[in-house]
Amino acid sequence: MAFSLHGIHIPHRKNTADTPAITMEKVAKVIIPMGMHIGAPAVPVVKVGDAVKKGTLIAEQNGFVSSPVYASISGTVKEISDKLQSDGRKVPAIVIEADGENLVEESVAPPTVNSREELIEAIKKSGIVGLGGAGFPTFVKLSAEPEKIEELIVNGAECEPYITSDSLTMTERAEDMAYAISVLQKYLGIKKVIIGIESNKKRAIASMKKLAANNSAVKVATLPAVYPQGGEKVLVYHTTGKVIPVGKLPLDVGSVVINCTTLAVIGSYLKTGMPLIEKCITVDGSAVNEPKNVIVPIGASMADVFEFAGGFKEEPKKVIYGGPMMGISVTDLDAPILKNTNAILAFNEKDATLPKETSCIRCGACYNNCPFGISPVAIEKAYKTADTVAMDEAGAEACMECGCCSYVCPAHRPLVQTNKLAKAMLKEARSKEKAKEDEK
Amino acid sequence: MDSKLHISVSPHIRSKKSTKDIMLDVIIALIPATVAAVILFGLPALWLVIACVASAVLGEALFYKVLKKELPIGDLSAVVTGLLLALNLSANVPVWQAVIGSLFAIIIVKCFFGGIGCNVVNPAITGRVFMLIAFGSMAQSAFPLDSVATATPLVELAEGNTPALLDLFIGNVGGCIGETSALALLIGFVYLLVRKVISWHIPTVYVATVFLFTLAVKGDLTVALAYILSGGLLLGAIFMATDYVTSPSTPWGKVIFGVGAGVITVLIRFWGNYPEGVSFAILLMNILNPFIEKWTPRKVFGGQK
Repeated sequence: MAFSLHGIHIPHRKNTADTPAITMEKVAKVIIPMGMHIGAPAVPVVKVGDAVKKGTLIAEQNGFVSSPVYASISGTVKEISDKLQSDGRKVPAIVIEADGENLVEESVAPPTVNSREELIEAIKKSGIVGLGGAGFPTFVKLSAEPEKIEELIVNGAECEPYITSDSLTMTERAEDMAYAISVLQKYLGIKKVIIGIESNKKRAIASMKKLAANNSAVKVATLPAVYPQGGEKVLVYHTTGKVIPVGKLPLDVGSVVINCTTLAVIGSYLKTGMPLIEKCITVDGSAVNEPKNVIVPIGASMADVFEFAGGFKEEPKKVIYGGPMMGISVTDLDAPILKNTNAILAFNEKDATLPKETSCIRCGACYNNCPFGISPVAIEKAYKTADTVAMDEAGAEACMECGCCSYVCPAHRPLVQTNKLAKAMLKEARSKEKAKEDEK
Repeated sequence: MDSKLHISVSPHIRSKKSTKDIMLDVIIALIPATVAAVILFGLPALWLVIACVASAVLGEALFYKVLKKELPIGDLSAVVTGLLLALNLSANVPVWQAVIGSLFAIIIVKCFFGGIGCNVVNPAITGRVFMLIAFGSMAQSAFPLDSVATATPLVELAEGNTPALLDLFIGNVGGCIGETSALALLIGFVYLLVRKVISWHIPTVYVATVFLFTLAVKGDLTVALAYILSGGLLLGAIFMATDYVTSPSTPWGKVIFGVGAGVITVLIRFWGNYPEGVSFAILLMNILNPFIEKWTPRKVFGGQK
């Protein structure tokens, strides 16, 4: 039986749609953390006082699932110290003070790619990670055995409100994307490419259809603008009909999913050799004076970027990385722009204040709006009594934390938060169980 | 720069719809039935509505005042309970009985179990059953102002007479004040569906079950139709069986709930001691609800079959 994935209609608020990106040229300093990807933090290879240029390697990859880091501006390394990241990890961060010269590292040159191995090695060195938000090192995905890859799915859904940087990539950087696709096709043996875009992004669709017209392997899938269309499992299901089992990855069903901006960056990197050092992000939110898309050097502080976007019209009371449905709120505006940042939003007092939590009336809205058919109300109940069996039955593990349940709950209960806690509790219980079995 | 930023787990935006909005929608959906009650049964109906709503709201307020807890009156759920109970009473029920019934529903059935969302059974239904047993209140049903008082449709049907379907549809027959007009109740049903407050499952399955079971027993289409338009079936199926707290949340759970309520209703109507079985049927299914929830399989995307 076909599974009908639910989803919710949320306000799009794409205020910055179809506005060109403006490059933020001048930055006094950048703070570049070593943990901008999933996996082990990179290891600094520069020391305080070193002169660096745009594209200079400043930290090496540490282990397989990891990614190197490059200087995003030219200047001097001022400080290397542990800093608390928004994900809760304390990792080293390299502070570079700009020299205003805007020099480019001399060794930056297009990589030589003549084989699959060379391509993967090049992308590994580029520092490219999943730019849609997850930050998973891209080369790891592409290292899959070629015969396992049935299709490449390009994620251009951009289902989060406010964010328009991906659409902008699709309209303005189609050439980079086309180049990246052709190289991936050539060396990874990819036969089918599906670009998934929500139907409300007309210009991006037109641009991608033009791309598809020149490449018979590429197909554009126009998807309903229903959140969370860009969720990996949702996208794979809606573009290929394949169901990814709980706890599995797209590759387990033969799909490789790459965000459209990641693809464009791969394209430009292969052409120029300039690693990932800047990012196009959407700057928006009710406290922001002039919402716009800005191309920012990685490591620039949020405060500087907001200032560049005309500053605040109201005092910001909540500031988040990413979209309002899954983004992470930060404690202060010194937080830097990361590799995987696609938007920064600042909300005024009114938007920052969440409605008061009331009693659950068992209306079932959370369950009926969960794309995966999970029952958040059952998980909440199970979590309160630490009943891991009931949590498992309710589908806690399948949760992608998209936020539909919390969004629709008429009692305004923090269901995603509870789901996250429940998942952690379930994981712990499982590992304890396993440890017990191992003892025997 | 003020560093005091709000920190919370995503999502950072929420739908505007709150519990109060849902309750308000239910109240709006009950307006046609309430208006029909007053038109058909006159001032006594109005007094019952006022008495039940007022005592439900004040009873809840008093309870929380005594417990020194924050008042949840703002969610309007006590208004819904009071209004539903009133519409389930016969016009000749004395106001003092209605007040006691309403206080029983709100304090004993709802507040004692933990307030909104925690009650095990539907407060209005249970309040009505309490009155039925304690006062025999619904024993002699009242009749619309301009109709000839004979017997309620269900009693007539039991005696082999089929009332005119049009009278049943409009509500020009004896019975509880809010149950007689099928037309008014259906308007409310459509409103609730359009506003997505309830899904079609429980009311449709419940009424369909009663219809088919009655048809199987009586073998006559008109009689079966008369049975679904009579008594408290529509009021119960649309407004009471769909109470979120005491009914299943999954589509299949709702179907089971509807079938169960339908079967029990017909069993009581044909073979029980009371002419009507809607209240008891819903009450019994309320009690079975946790089991239905447990037994209804949920399918998680990508989960094991």
